[in-house]
Amino acid sequence: MVRISLTVNGRPYQGEVEPRTLLVTLLRDHLHLTGTHIGCDTSQCGACVVHLDGISVKACTVLALQADGATVTTIEGLAQEATLHPLQEGFWAEHGLQCGFCTPGMIMSAADLLQQNPDPSDEEIRHALEGNLCRCTGYENIVRAVRYAAQQMQSAQKT
Amino acid sequence: MIPSPFAFYAPSRLDEAVRLLQQYGDEAKLLAGGHSLLPTMKLRLATPAVLIDLHKISDLVGVTVGERVTIGSMTTWSALEADATLCEALPVLAATIRLIGDRQVRNRGTLGGALAHADPAADAPAVVLVLNGTLTIYGPAGIRTIAADDFFVDMLTTALAPDEILTAITLDRVGPGEGAAYLKFAHPASRYALVGVAAFLRVEAGQVSACRVAVTGAGVRAERLTNVEAMLLHQPAQPDLFARAARGAADTLEILGDLHASETYRRAMVEVYIHRALVAAAASLRAS
Ligand SMILES: Cc1cc2nc3c(=O)[nH]c(=O)nc-3n(C[C@H](O)[C@H](O)[C@H](O)COP(=O)(O)OP(=O)(O)OC[C@H]3O[C@@H](n4cnc5c(N)ncnc54)[C@H](O)[C@@H]3O)c2cc1C
Ligand code: FES
Ligand code: FES
Repeated sequence: MVRISLTVNGRPYQGEVEPRTLLVTLLRDHLHLTGTHIGCDTSQCGACVVHLDGISVKACTVLALQADGATVTTIEGLAQEATLHPLQEGFWAEHGLQCGFCTPGMIMSAADLLQQNPDPSDEEIRHALEGNLCRCTGYENIVRAVRYAAQQMQSAQKT
Repeated sequence: MIPSPFAFYAPSRLDEAVRLLQQYGDEAKLLAGGHSLLPTMKLRLATPAVLIDLHKISDLVGVTVGERVTIGSMTTWSALEADATLCEALPVLAATIRLIGDRQVRNRGTLGGALAHADPAADAPAVVLVLNGTLTIYGPAGIRTIAADDFFVDMLTTALAPDEILTAITLDRVGPGEGAAYLKFAHPASRYALVGVAAFLRVEAGQVSACRVAVTGAGVRAERLTNVEAMLLHQPAQPDLFARAARGAADTLEILGDLHASETYRRAMVEVYIHRALVAAAASLRAS
Protein backbone atom coordinates (compact mmCIF):
# COMPACT_ATOMS: atom_id res chain seq x y z
CA MET A 1 0.00 0.00 0.00
CA VAL A 2 1.15 3.52 -0.80
CA ARG A 3 0.06 6.75 0.90
CA ILE A 4 -1.38 9.42 -1.36
CA SER A 5 -2.91 12.82 -0.80
CA LEU A 6 -4.96 14.83 -3.22
CA THR A 7 -7.71 17.41 -3.26
CA VAL A 8 -11.07 16.24 -4.55
CA ASN A 9 -13.80 18.79 -5.19
CA GLY A 10 -12.03 21.23 -2.88
CA ARG A 11 -11.62 18.79 0.00
CA PRO A 12 -8.27 17.28 0.97
CA TYR A 13 -8.09 13.50 0.88
CA GLN A 14 -5.38 11.30 2.34
CA GLY A 15 -5.37 7.55 2.20
CA GLU A 16 -3.57 4.37 1.27
CA VAL A 17 -3.98 2.64 -2.04
CA GLU A 18 -2.60 -0.36 -3.85
CA PRO A 19 -0.48 0.93 -6.77
CA ARG A 20 -2.86 -0.71 -9.24
CA THR A 21 -5.84 1.32 -7.99
CA LEU A 22 -7.33 3.33 -10.84
CA LEU A 23 -8.34 6.93 -10.19
CA VAL A 24 -11.94 5.99 -11.03
CA THR A 25 -11.87 3.25 -8.39
CA LEU A 26 -10.49 5.65 -5.81
CA LEU A 27 -13.27 8.13 -6.57
CA ARG A 28 -16.13 5.64 -6.67
CA ASP A 29 -15.17 3.01 -4.11
CA HIS A 30 -12.98 4.89 -1.62
CA LEU A 31 -14.62 8.33 -1.79
CA HIS A 32 -18.12 7.16 -2.75
CA LEU A 33 -18.30 9.75 -5.54
CA THR A 34 -20.32 7.53 -7.84
CA GLY A 35 -21.22 10.27 -10.32
CA THR A 36 -18.08 9.29 -12.23
CA HIS A 37 -19.18 6.25 -14.22
CA ILE A 38 -17.42 3.26 -15.76
CA GLY A 39 -18.81 2.36 -19.16
CA CYS A 40 -16.09 0.29 -20.81
CA ASP A 41 -12.87 -1.67 -20.42
CA THR A 42 -11.10 -0.08 -23.36
CA SER A 43 -10.72 3.64 -22.50
CA GLN A 44 -13.14 4.58 -25.26
CA CYS A 45 -16.48 5.64 -23.75
CA GLY A 46 -15.62 8.71 -21.66
CA ALA A 47 -18.21 7.98 -18.92
CA CYS A 48 -15.37 8.35 -16.41
CA VAL A 49 -14.07 11.80 -17.40
CA VAL A 50 -12.94 14.05 -14.52
CA HIS A 51 -10.59 17.01 -14.33
CA LEU A 52 -7.05 16.39 -13.10
CA ASP A 53 -5.37 19.71 -12.34
CA GLY A 54 -8.00 21.37 -14.52
CA ILE A 55 -7.57 19.12 -17.56
CA SER A 56 -10.08 16.46 -18.63
CA VAL A 57 -8.85 12.87 -18.34
CA LYS A 58 -10.37 9.42 -18.44
CA ALA A 59 -10.23 8.38 -14.78
CA CYS A 60 -10.28 4.69 -15.80
CA THR A 61 -6.92 5.15 -17.54
CA VAL A 62 -5.08 7.07 -14.83
CA LEU A 63 -3.65 5.43 -11.72
CA ALA A 64 -4.67 6.93 -8.39
CA LEU A 65 -0.92 7.27 -7.77
CA GLN A 66 -0.63 9.47 -10.85
CA ALA A 67 -3.04 11.88 -9.16
CA ASP A 68 -0.94 12.08 -5.98
CA GLY A 69 -0.63 15.75 -5.00
CA ALA A 70 -3.11 16.84 -7.66
CA THR A 71 -6.48 18.53 -7.65
CA VAL A 72 -9.40 16.50 -8.97
CA THR A 73 -12.85 17.79 -9.89
CA THR A 74 -15.70 15.38 -10.49
CA ILE A 75 -19.27 16.00 -11.61
CA GLU A 76 -20.20 16.34 -7.91
CA GLY A 77 -17.87 19.32 -7.63
CA LEU A 78 -19.34 21.35 -10.47
CA ALA A 79 -22.46 22.95 -8.95
CA GLN A 80 -22.08 25.89 -6.56
CA GLU A 81 -24.24 24.87 -3.59
CA ALA A 82 -27.79 24.71 -4.99
CA THR A 83 -26.92 26.53 -8.24
CA LEU A 84 -26.33 24.18 -11.14
CA HIS A 85 -23.34 24.73 -13.40
CA PRO A 86 -24.53 26.23 -16.74
CA LEU A 87 -23.68 22.90 -18.41
CA GLN A 88 -25.84 20.97 -15.96
CA GLU A 89 -28.61 23.45 -16.59
CA GLY A 90 -28.03 23.20 -20.35
CA PHE A 91 -28.29 19.39 -20.42
CA TRP A 92 -31.58 19.71 -18.52
CA ALA A 93 -32.99 22.58 -20.59
CA GLU A 94 -32.01 21.14 -23.98
CA HIS A 95 -32.79 17.48 -23.19
CA GLY A 96 -29.13 16.55 -23.54
CA LEU A 97 -29.71 13.22 -21.81
CA GLN A 98 -31.98 10.23 -21.84
CA CYS A 99 -30.66 7.45 -19.57
CA GLY A 100 -28.00 9.82 -18.22
CA PHE A 101 -25.18 7.27 -18.05
CA CYS A 102 -22.87 9.25 -20.31
CA THR A 103 -23.86 12.65 -18.90
CA PRO A 104 -21.27 13.19 -16.13
CA GLY A 105 -18.44 12.44 -18.57
CA MET A 106 -20.02 14.55 -21.31
CA ILE A 107 -20.34 17.49 -18.95
CA MET A 108 -16.78 17.20 -17.65
CA SER A 109 -15.39 17.03 -21.20
CA ALA A 110 -17.54 19.98 -22.25
CA ALA A 111 -16.45 21.97 -19.19
CA ASP A 112 -12.81 21.48 -20.22
CA LEU A 113 -13.67 22.67 -23.74
CA LEU A 114 -15.45 25.82 -22.49
CA GLN A 115 -12.51 26.71 -20.25
CA GLN A 116 -10.26 26.80 -23.29
CA ASN A 117 -12.74 27.96 -25.89
CA PRO A 118 -15.68 29.93 -24.44
CA ASP A 119 -17.45 30.24 -27.80
CA PRO A 120 -17.01 26.99 -29.71
CA SER A 121 -18.65 26.20 -33.05
CA ASP A 122 -20.76 23.06 -33.36
CA GLU A 123 -17.88 21.40 -35.15
CA GLU A 124 -15.53 22.29 -32.31
CA ILE A 125 -18.02 20.94 -29.76
CA ARG A 126 -18.27 17.66 -31.64
CA HIS A 127 -14.48 17.41 -31.96
CA ALA A 128 -14.09 18.02 -28.20
CA LEU A 129 -16.64 15.32 -27.37
CA GLU A 130 -15.16 12.64 -29.64
CA GLY A 131 -14.05 10.69 -26.57
CA ASN A 132 -17.56 10.52 -25.10
CA LEU A 133 -20.00 7.94 -26.40
CA CYS A 134 -23.77 8.17 -25.93
CA ARG A 135 -26.08 5.27 -26.73
CA CYS A 136 -29.29 7.23 -26.40
CA THR A 137 -29.45 10.78 -27.61
CA GLY A 138 -27.91 10.83 -31.07
CA TYR A 139 -25.75 13.72 -29.83
CA GLU A 140 -27.80 16.57 -31.37
CA ASN A 141 -29.20 17.75 -28.05
CA ILE A 142 -25.86 17.31 -26.35
CA VAL A 143 -24.33 19.78 -28.81
CA ARG A 144 -27.27 22.13 -28.16
CA ALA A 145 -26.76 21.80 -24.41
CA VAL A 146 -23.12 22.78 -24.69
CA ARG A 147 -24.01 25.72 -26.92
CA TYR A 148 -26.66 26.79 -24.36
CA ALA A 149 -24.07 26.70 -21.57
CA ALA A 150 -21.54 28.65 -23.62
CA GLN A 151 -24.13 31.38 -24.23
CA GLN A 152 -25.15 31.50 -20.56
CA MET A 153 -21.55 31.71 -19.42
CA GLN A 154 -20.73 34.44 -21.93
CA SER A 155 -23.72 36.60 -21.09
CA ALA A 156 -23.02 36.11 -17.36
CA GLN A 157 -19.54 37.44 -18.01
CA LYS A 158 -20.80 40.52 -19.82
CA THR A 159 -23.18 41.55 -17.00
CA MET B 1 -11.07 -4.42 -15.07
CA ILE B 2 -8.19 -3.72 -12.75
CA PRO B 3 -4.54 -4.43 -13.58
CA SER B 4 -2.71 -7.22 -11.77
CA PRO B 5 -0.56 -6.02 -8.84
CA PHE B 6 2.70 -4.19 -9.43
CA ALA B 7 5.25 -2.09 -7.56
CA PHE B 8 5.43 1.58 -8.56
CA TYR B 9 8.51 3.78 -8.85
CA ALA B 10 8.67 7.42 -9.93
CA PRO B 11 12.37 8.31 -10.17
CA SER B 12 13.32 11.93 -10.75
CA ARG B 13 16.46 11.20 -12.79
CA LEU B 14 17.07 9.29 -16.00
CA ASP B 15 19.99 7.28 -14.61
CA GLU B 16 17.80 6.14 -11.72
CA ALA B 17 15.14 4.99 -14.18
CA VAL B 18 17.75 3.03 -16.17
CA ARG B 19 19.10 1.48 -12.97
CA LEU B 20 15.57 0.29 -12.11
CA LEU B 21 15.17 -1.13 -15.63
CA GLN B 22 18.44 -3.02 -15.20
CA GLN B 23 17.45 -4.25 -11.76
CA TYR B 24 14.01 -5.55 -12.76
CA GLY B 25 14.67 -6.55 -16.38
CA ASP B 26 11.67 -8.16 -18.11
CA GLU B 27 9.48 -7.59 -15.06
CA ALA B 28 9.53 -3.81 -15.49
CA LYS B 29 7.70 -1.41 -17.83
CA LEU B 30 8.15 2.32 -18.24
CA LEU B 31 5.00 4.42 -17.78
CA ALA B 32 4.61 7.56 -19.90
CA GLY B 33 1.02 8.78 -20.52
CA GLY B 34 -0.29 5.29 -19.86
CA HIS B 35 -2.79 5.42 -22.70
CA SER B 36 -1.43 2.40 -24.48
CA LEU B 37 0.02 0.59 -21.46
CA LEU B 38 -2.80 0.92 -18.90
CA PRO B 39 -5.55 -0.31 -21.28
CA THR B 40 -3.48 -3.43 -22.03
CA MET B 41 -2.79 -3.91 -18.31
CA LYS B 42 -6.48 -3.60 -17.51
CA LEU B 43 -7.20 -6.37 -20.01
CA ARG B 44 -4.27 -8.31 -18.45
CA LEU B 45 -2.58 -8.50 -21.84
CA ALA B 46 0.40 -7.00 -20.03
CA THR B 47 1.18 -7.89 -16.40
CA PRO B 48 4.39 -6.08 -15.46
CA ALA B 49 5.49 -6.56 -11.84
CA VAL B 50 7.08 -3.11 -11.75
CA LEU B 51 6.04 0.22 -13.27
CA ILE B 52 8.58 3.02 -13.63
CA ASP B 53 6.80 6.34 -14.10
CA LEU B 54 8.78 8.89 -16.13
CA HIS B 55 6.68 11.93 -15.12
CA LYS B 56 9.05 13.30 -12.53
CA ILE B 57 11.97 13.49 -14.97
CA SER B 58 11.52 17.09 -16.03
CA ASP B 59 14.07 17.23 -18.88
CA LEU B 60 11.86 14.90 -20.92
CA VAL B 61 9.19 17.56 -21.52
CA GLY B 62 9.37 20.46 -23.95
CA VAL B 63 9.74 21.63 -27.54
CA THR B 64 12.65 23.45 -29.18
CA VAL B 65 12.13 24.91 -32.63
CA GLY B 66 15.45 25.68 -34.31
CA GLU B 67 16.90 24.53 -37.60
CA ARG B 68 15.21 21.25 -36.75
CA VAL B 69 12.45 20.63 -34.22
CA THR B 70 13.24 18.71 -31.04
CA ILE B 71 10.47 17.31 -28.86
CA GLY B 72 10.96 15.76 -25.41
CA SER B 73 9.58 12.22 -25.33
CA MET B 74 7.20 12.92 -22.42
CA THR B 75 5.51 15.90 -24.09
CA THR B 76 1.78 15.20 -24.41
CA TRP B 77 -0.19 15.49 -27.64
CA SER B 78 -2.16 18.36 -26.10
CA ALA B 79 0.99 20.28 -25.18
CA LEU B 80 2.21 19.88 -28.77
CA GLU B 81 -1.16 20.99 -30.17
CA ALA B 82 -1.06 24.10 -27.95
CA ASP B 83 2.47 25.11 -29.04
CA ALA B 84 1.94 27.81 -31.68
CA THR B 85 5.60 27.93 -32.77
CA LEU B 86 5.64 24.18 -33.31
CA CYS B 87 2.34 24.21 -35.23
CA GLU B 88 3.69 26.94 -37.50
CA ALA B 89 6.95 25.05 -38.11
CA LEU B 90 5.23 21.70 -38.67
CA PRO B 91 1.57 22.08 -39.65
CA VAL B 92 1.54 18.40 -40.64
CA LEU B 93 2.26 17.38 -37.05
CA ALA B 94 -0.45 19.65 -35.68
CA ALA B 95 -2.96 18.22 -38.19
CA THR B 96 -1.94 14.66 -37.33
CA ILE B 97 -2.38 15.20 -33.61
CA ARG B 98 -5.93 16.43 -34.17
CA LEU B 99 -6.66 12.97 -35.58
CA ILE B 100 -5.26 11.02 -32.62
CA GLY B 101 -7.85 9.38 -30.37
CA ASP B 102 -9.84 12.06 -28.58
CA ARG B 103 -9.17 15.06 -26.38
CA GLN B 104 -8.74 13.04 -23.18
CA VAL B 105 -6.35 10.61 -24.87
CA ARG B 106 -4.35 13.58 -26.17
CA ASN B 107 -4.29 15.15 -22.69
CA ARG B 108 -2.33 12.15 -21.38
CA GLY B 109 -0.65 10.38 -24.30
CA THR B 110 2.90 11.33 -25.29
CA LEU B 111 4.85 11.31 -28.55
CA GLY B 112 7.63 9.23 -26.98
CA GLY B 113 5.17 6.69 -25.62
CA ALA B 114 3.52 6.31 -29.00
CA LEU B 115 6.82 5.73 -30.81
CA ALA B 116 8.19 3.36 -28.15
CA HIS B 117 4.94 1.40 -28.14
CA ALA B 118 5.05 1.06 -31.97
CA ASP B 119 1.42 0.09 -32.31
CA PRO B 120 1.04 -0.94 -35.96
CA ALA B 121 -2.02 1.35 -36.21
CA ALA B 122 -0.47 4.43 -34.54
CA ASP B 123 -0.33 7.67 -36.52
CA ALA B 124 2.88 9.34 -35.37
CA PRO B 125 5.34 6.70 -36.66
CA ALA B 126 4.42 7.43 -40.31
CA VAL B 127 4.82 11.17 -39.81
CA VAL B 128 8.12 10.81 -37.96
CA LEU B 129 9.40 8.66 -40.83
CA VAL B 130 8.61 11.24 -43.51
CA LEU B 131 10.01 14.09 -41.42
CA ASN B 132 13.35 12.28 -41.35
CA GLY B 133 13.13 11.76 -37.59
CA THR B 134 16.13 11.17 -35.38
CA LEU B 135 15.48 9.56 -32.00
CA THR B 136 17.65 10.18 -28.96
CA ILE B 137 17.97 7.27 -26.58
CA TYR B 138 19.46 7.09 -23.09
CA GLY B 139 20.79 3.83 -21.69
CA PRO B 140 23.46 2.27 -19.49
CA ALA B 141 26.15 3.27 -22.03
CA GLY B 142 24.97 6.88 -22.24
CA ILE B 143 23.26 8.64 -25.10
CA ARG B 144 22.86 7.35 -28.66
CA THR B 145 20.81 8.46 -31.64
CA ILE B 146 19.07 6.38 -34.26
CA ALA B 147 17.24 7.24 -37.46
CA ALA B 148 13.48 6.67 -37.41
CA ASP B 149 14.08 4.48 -40.49
CA ASP B 150 15.91 1.98 -38.27
CA PHE B 151 13.68 2.31 -35.20
CA PHE B 152 10.45 0.46 -36.06
CA VAL B 153 11.40 -3.21 -36.22
CA ASP B 154 8.22 -5.25 -35.99
CA MET B 155 4.76 -5.26 -34.41
CA LEU B 156 5.08 -3.47 -31.03
CA THR B 157 8.84 -3.84 -31.37
CA THR B 158 11.46 -1.12 -31.75
CA ALA B 159 15.23 -0.85 -31.71
CA LEU B 160 15.07 0.16 -28.01
CA ALA B 161 16.89 -2.27 -25.72
CA PRO B 162 14.97 -3.27 -22.58
CA ASP B 163 17.11 -0.97 -20.44
CA GLU B 164 16.91 2.07 -22.74
CA ILE B 165 14.67 5.15 -22.59
CA LEU B 166 13.62 7.27 -25.54
CA THR B 167 14.34 10.85 -24.49
CA ALA B 168 13.77 13.07 -27.53
CA ILE B 169 12.59 13.13 -31.11
CA THR B 170 14.15 15.49 -33.66
CA LEU B 171 12.31 16.24 -36.90
CA ASP B 172 13.06 18.19 -40.07
CA ARG B 173 11.05 21.37 -40.51
CA VAL B 174 8.90 21.71 -43.59
CA GLY B 175 10.64 24.54 -45.41
CA PRO B 176 10.04 26.72 -48.47
CA GLY B 177 9.14 24.70 -51.55
CA GLU B 178 8.19 21.76 -49.32
CA GLY B 179 4.89 20.29 -48.24
CA ALA B 180 3.75 17.40 -46.07
CA ALA B 181 0.48 15.72 -45.20
CA TYR B 182 -0.85 12.79 -43.21
CA LEU B 183 -4.23 11.30 -44.03
CA LYS B 184 -5.90 8.37 -42.37
CA PHE B 185 -8.89 6.18 -42.63
CA ALA B 186 -9.82 6.08 -38.96
CA HIS B 187 -11.56 3.29 -37.14
CA PRO B 188 -14.85 4.92 -36.10
CA ALA B 189 -14.67 3.91 -32.42
CA SER B 190 -10.99 3.84 -31.48
CA ARG B 191 -9.87 6.34 -34.14
CA TYR B 192 -6.71 4.32 -34.72
CA ALA B 193 -5.61 4.13 -38.35
CA LEU B 194 -7.10 1.32 -40.40
CA VAL B 195 -4.77 2.80 -42.99
CA GLY B 196 -2.70 5.97 -42.72
CA VAL B 197 -0.27 7.51 -45.19
CA ALA B 198 2.19 10.36 -44.64
CA ALA B 199 3.88 12.14 -47.53
CA PHE B 200 6.61 14.75 -47.76
CA LEU B 201 7.51 16.50 -51.03
CA ARG B 202 10.05 19.11 -52.10
CA VAL B 203 9.34 20.64 -55.49
CA GLU B 204 11.96 22.66 -57.38
CA ALA B 205 11.29 24.12 -60.82
CA GLY B 206 8.14 22.00 -61.04
CA GLN B 207 9.97 18.74 -60.35
CA VAL B 208 9.95 16.56 -57.28
CA SER B 209 13.47 16.97 -55.91
CA ALA B 210 12.97 15.11 -52.63
CA CYS B 211 10.21 12.95 -51.23
CA ARG B 212 9.38 10.53 -48.47
CA VAL B 213 6.23 8.46 -48.18
CA ALA B 214 5.30 6.14 -45.30
CA VAL B 215 2.35 3.94 -44.44
CA THR B 216 0.93 2.87 -41.07
CA GLY B 217 -1.99 0.71 -40.01
CA ALA B 218 -1.60 -1.70 -42.90
CA GLY B 219 1.05 -4.17 -41.80
CA VAL B 220 3.04 -5.09 -38.71
CA ARG B 221 4.82 -1.75 -38.54
CA ALA B 222 4.97 1.71 -40.04
CA GLU B 223 7.34 1.77 -43.00
CA ARG B 224 8.70 3.88 -45.85
CA LEU B 225 7.35 3.17 -49.33
CA THR B 226 10.58 3.39 -51.29
CA ASN B 227 8.92 2.08 -54.45
CA VAL B 228 6.55 5.07 -54.46
CA GLU B 229 9.39 7.47 -53.67
CA ALA B 230 11.41 6.14 -56.61
CA MET B 231 8.47 6.74 -58.97
CA LEU B 232 8.16 10.35 -57.83
CA LEU B 233 11.75 11.52 -57.72
CA HIS B 234 12.83 13.90 -60.51
CA GLN B 235 9.39 13.76 -62.14
CA PRO B 236 7.15 16.77 -62.85
CA ALA B 237 4.90 17.30 -59.82
CA GLN B 238 1.61 16.81 -61.68
CA PRO B 239 -1.64 15.19 -60.51
CA ASP B 240 -1.22 12.29 -62.94
CA LEU B 241 2.19 11.52 -61.41
CA PHE B 242 0.57 11.06 -58.00
CA ALA B 243 -2.11 8.78 -59.43
CA ARG B 244 0.52 6.69 -61.27
CA ALA B 245 2.76 6.45 -58.21
CA ALA B 246 -0.13 5.17 -56.10
CA ARG B 247 -1.35 2.58 -58.61
CA GLY B 248 -0.14 -0.89 -57.67
CA ALA B 249 2.01 0.60 -54.92
CA ALA B 250 0.64 -1.78 -52.31
CA ASP B 251 1.11 -4.93 -54.40
CA THR B 252 4.36 -5.92 -52.78
CA LEU B 253 3.52 -4.71 -49.27
CA GLU B 254 2.90 -7.17 -46.48
CA ILE B 255 -0.59 -6.29 -45.35
CA LEU B 256 -2.58 -7.73 -42.47
CA GLY B 257 -6.31 -8.34 -42.44
CA ASP B 258 -8.31 -8.31 -39.23
CA LEU B 259 -11.92 -8.10 -38.11
CA HIS B 260 -12.04 -4.40 -38.97
CA ALA B 261 -10.75 -4.61 -42.55
CA SER B 262 -9.71 -7.51 -44.76
CA GLU B 263 -6.30 -7.67 -46.39
CA THR B 264 -7.75 -6.96 -49.84
CA TYR B 265 -9.70 -3.98 -48.62
CA ARG B 266 -6.73 -2.55 -46.76
CA ARG B 267 -4.53 -2.98 -49.83
CA ALA B 268 -7.01 -1.01 -51.91
CA MET B 269 -7.24 1.68 -49.22
CA VAL B 270 -3.45 2.00 -49.01
CA GLU B 271 -3.40 3.00 -52.68
CA VAL B 272 -6.28 5.43 -52.25
CA TYR B 273 -4.55 7.05 -49.28
CA ILE B 274 -1.14 7.22 -50.97
CA HIS B 275 -2.77 9.14 -53.79
CA ARG B 276 -4.67 11.47 -51.47
CA ALA B 277 -1.68 12.10 -49.21
CA LEU B 278 0.50 13.03 -52.20
CA VAL B 279 -2.13 15.39 -53.54
CA ALA B 280 -2.53 16.96 -50.10
CA ALA B 281 1.25 17.30 -49.63
CA ALA B 282 1.52 19.01 -53.03
CA ALA B 283 -1.37 21.34 -52.12
CA SER B 284 0.45 22.35 -48.93
CA LEU B 285 3.74 23.37 -50.57
CA ARG B 286 5.13 26.42 -48.82
CA ALA B 287 6.03 29.45 -50.88
CA SER B 288 9.73 29.55 -51.72
C1 LIG C 1 -9.21 5.29 -26.78
C2 LIG C 1 -7.84 5.49 -27.36
C3 LIG C 1 -7.73 5.91 -28.68
C4 LIG C 1 -6.48 6.11 -29.25
N1 LIG C 1 -6.41 6.50 -30.56
C5 LIG C 1 -5.20 6.66 -31.13
C6 LIG C 1 -5.10 7.09 -32.49
O1 LIG C 1 -6.11 7.37 -33.17
N2 LIG C 1 -3.86 7.19 -33.04
C7 LIG C 1 -2.73 6.93 -32.32
O2 LIG C 1 -1.65 7.04 -32.87
N3 LIG C 1 -2.79 6.55 -31.03
C8 LIG C 1 -3.99 6.42 -30.42
N4 LIG C 1 -4.05 6.04 -29.10
C9 LIG C 1 -2.79 5.78 -28.37
C10 LIG C 1 -2.32 7.01 -27.65
O3 LIG C 1 -1.82 7.97 -28.55
C11 LIG C 1 -1.22 6.61 -26.64
O4 LIG C 1 -1.20 7.60 -25.67
C12 LIG C 1 0.16 6.43 -27.19
O5 LIG C 1 0.20 5.48 -28.22
C13 LIG C 1 1.13 5.93 -26.13
O6 LIG C 1 1.64 6.99 -25.44
P1 LIG C 1 1.65 7.00 -23.87
O7 LIG C 1 2.44 8.19 -23.48
O8 LIG C 1 0.28 6.92 -23.37
O9 LIG C 1 2.52 5.69 -23.53
P2 LIG C 1 2.36 4.52 -22.43
O10 LIG C 1 1.05 3.85 -22.59
O11 LIG C 1 2.69 5.07 -21.10
O12 LIG C 1 3.52 3.59 -22.91
C14 LIG C 1 3.43 2.80 -24.08
C15 LIG C 1 4.63 1.86 -24.17
O13 LIG C 1 5.82 2.56 -24.47
C16 LIG C 1 6.80 2.40 -23.45
N5 LIG C 1 7.39 3.72 -23.26
C17 LIG C 1 6.70 4.87 -22.99
N6 LIG C 1 7.53 5.92 -22.96
C18 LIG C 1 8.78 5.44 -23.21
C19 LIG C 1 10.05 6.05 -23.34
N7 LIG C 1 10.20 7.38 -23.21
N8 LIG C 1 11.13 5.26 -23.61
C20 LIG C 1 10.95 3.93 -23.77
N9 LIG C 1 9.77 3.29 -23.67
C21 LIG C 1 8.70 4.03 -23.39
C22 LIG C 1 6.03 1.90 -22.24
O14 LIG C 1 6.84 1.10 -21.41
C23 LIG C 1 4.92 1.10 -22.86
O15 LIG C 1 5.35 -0.18 -23.19
C24 LIG C 1 -5.29 5.86 -28.49
C25 LIG C 1 -5.40 5.46 -27.16
C26 LIG C 1 -6.66 5.27 -26.59
C27 LIG C 1 -6.75 4.85 -25.16
S1 FES D 1 -14.84 3.92 -18.47
FE1 FES D 1 -14.93 4.02 -20.63
S2 FES D 1 -13.39 5.49 -21.02
FE2 FES D 1 -13.24 5.29 -18.90
S1 FES E 1 -28.05 9.49 -22.37
FE1 FES E 1 -27.91 7.34 -22.30
S2 FES E 1 -25.84 7.02 -22.89
FE2 FES E 1 -26.08 9.11 -23.20
